[in-house]
Amino acid sequence: MERPLDYVLRTVEERGVRFVRLWFTDVLGKLKSFAITPAELEGALDEGMTFDGSAIEGYTRVQEADMLAKPDPGTFEIVPWRGEDAPVARMFCDIHRLDGEPFEGDPRHVLKRNLERAREKGFTFYAGPEMEFFYFKSPRSPEPLDSASYFDLTQMDMVSELRKQTILTLEAMGIPVEYSFHELGPSQHEIDLRYSDALSMADNVMTFRLVLKEVAQELGVYATFMPKPLAHAFGSGMHTHISLFEGDVNAFHDPGDEHGLSKVGKCFIAGLLRHAPEITAVTNQWVNSYKRLAINREAPIVGYEAPVYVCWARNNRSALVRVPLAKKGKESSTRIEYRSPDPACNPYLAFSLMLAAGLKGVDEGYEIPPEATNNIFEMTPEERAAEGIDSLPRSLAEAVDVMEDSELVAEALGEHVFEHFIRNKRSEWAEYRAQVTPWELDRYLGSL
Amino acid sequence: MTTRPGGAGILAEPLLVFPDPPPALLAQTLDLAGYPWKAVTNASVAAQTEPSDGWGGAVVCAEDDPEGAFGICRAMRKRDAPLEPILLLVSGAQLGDLEMREDVFDDFCLSPFHPRELEARLRHLHWRTGHDTRPEVVDVFDDFCLSPFHPRELEARLRHLHWRTGHDTRPEVVEYGDLVLNLETYQAGMGHRPLDLTYMEYELLRFFATHPGKVFTREQLLSRVWGYEYYGGARTVDVHVRRLRAKLGEEHAGLIQTVRSVGYRFGQVRSLPGGGPAPDS
Repeated sequence: MERPLDYVLRTVEERGVRFVRLWFTDVLGKLKSFAITPAELEGALDEGMTFDGSAIEGYTRVQEADMLAKPDPGTFEIVPWRGEDAPVARMFCDIHRLDGEPFEGDPRHVLKRNLERAREKGFTFYAGPEMEFFYFKSPRSPEPLDSASYFDLTQMDMVSELRKQTILTLEAMGIPVEYSFHELGPSQHEIDLRYSDALSMADNVMTFRLVLKEVAQELGVYATFMPKPLAHAFGSGMHTHISLFEGDVNAFHDPGDEHGLSKVGKCFIAGLLRHAPEITAVTNQWVNSYKRLAINREAPIVGYEAPVYVCWARNNRSALVRVPLAKKGKESSTRIEYRSPDPACNPYLAFSLMLAAGLKGVDEGYEIPPEATNNIFEMTPEERAAEGIDSLPRSLAEAVDVMEDSELVAEALGEHVFEHFIRNKRSEWAEYRAQVTPWELDRYLGSL
Repeated sequence: MTTRPGGAGILAEPLLVFPDPPPALLAQTLDLAGYPWKAVTNASVAAQTEPSDGWGGAVVCAEDDPEGAFGICRAMRKRDAPLEPILLLVSGAQLGDLEMREDVFDDFCLSPFHPRELEARLRHLHWRTGHDTRPEVVDVFDDFCLSPFHPRELEARLRHLHWRTGHDTRPEVVEYGDLVLNLETYQAGMGHRPLDLTYMEYELLRFFATHPGKVFTREQLLSRVWGYEYYGGARTVDVHVRRLRAKLGEEHAGLIQTVRSVGYRFGQVRSLPGGGPAPDS
């Protein structure tokens, strides 16, 4: 037997694991899970577990509802939730059709396919996202943790307890992090995940979102990754640091260049910029995502830094692509930061498209546009037009329209996911358009 | 692809030979001894050109392209019916690389080799693995070493022999301070607290804990712990070290030290002279 399988079976036995949860992801990035017993484990590892895929978003196929979930033994982890009387473990799964072929609607497969393409060119793709999120009193309304005490904790105790438990749980699951507080007070937080290869990182993002919600729930509060829960405050982003390595060498780095950026790095940025509007429907996939991106487009307020304009810069936080300065002697840390994604995206698909857009630039040798220097928020639309600065789609509807015309996205996602995604998002938009919002009532009911 | 029909040797199926073309002396020795053989450039060529009755064994020369050589050994061993016997040709400087790779070869021969030693090794290997069923062959030894010998060759032979015959002197339980690793059950613990690790985290920690005090480069760790076929790149090592440190906990994270511009070392820091190991972020 192969050692990794043996490892999983032995550990389940030695640790007295009661259930193994098999995890996978639907097209919209929701974590799906079913549990099997240790008795079923060996068969599951060998042949996969059959399940009905027709209830899973984006898996639906009338003719072939049954699918196989094949656990990836390398992702086997004991889940450190409190309150379980016996250990529970999880494994991420690859989804296959009954004939054994990988299922093209499985987002993990989509990412693997794109990583394989990068690998054929000699590149390994690394990602490090900064996850922003809010804590609220409950999922029913966006009430910040501002006054009341929960259990017997004061508000600051509460926040530090959340922080401590979250970090401990993440680290126990092998997800090293840096935690930082936001100025907004106890409600908005940011946790940076230390970079990893993109597949592990997408798995990590899925785990991270679950851990955050679980820990919050244990302490009686609610954690949300909704991109823009409060109209007059920052939204939550998922700025993602990206680098490509060729073996041991950072392919973005060139010590001879004034910005420290190699040709590959520049072409990658150019690819990201040129295709940014096309991939936005996926990196920002909800109606609400565009409320974050739409902040103060016409009336800039300093400090609201969600990227809206397609440009790059070294230290301008309103740019879509930022190139953080690499420290001397830390050249391997040369990377770029893509700032539009939000933490409610499907990380497998979002990473796939960032990679595909960048690689397209590398393949075709795209020319990088000049660095944006002025604060583009302060420019007039005419000034921006003169500098050739495009903007990101303004709404989900616009984003889906742009995506639909994109060969790059169709190819990177594959027809199955591409078509399903567009159908799903069109229907989300249609539903949203029919709503009468509180804003409209406020504004119109009393005066019209 | 270079191919030789068989002479009047004891084998019907050809030996797989790496690289293609093989060193001239190797080709000549095999021809003179009457072994049919086919040289291949990599594992996929080996799979495509495999004879219908399978390979009669393999002679893999690791001198010029160790990565390719260990890669092909590993690939041949990973098949549903693992290929054996595999004879490795290594240089004296490569003897250390055999450690922790005991499973990917059956015997080795130091290069430059004497043709008659190579021949004797192949003969013994084929007898050992059941390819040679002549009744008059009697089992009186498990391995041999040419005299005068190099101490490191003898050491490497003994190590492989012990591993092979199950008399490996490596303990099943490795302890380092509070850290306990049970190699039999794959369980790791820090004091009384179990460490819940992924498979690769466990393998990396096992490698570290069985080689305390030694400094390893990222490349060395990649090839020893992950195997050459792994494509995640050298950054993978850093990622896993960080994951391991996170799981070891703050108090014990320093067990794995970064040695600047070299790699990593496992063990307690006894002193901190200039340029020595330092904990990093």
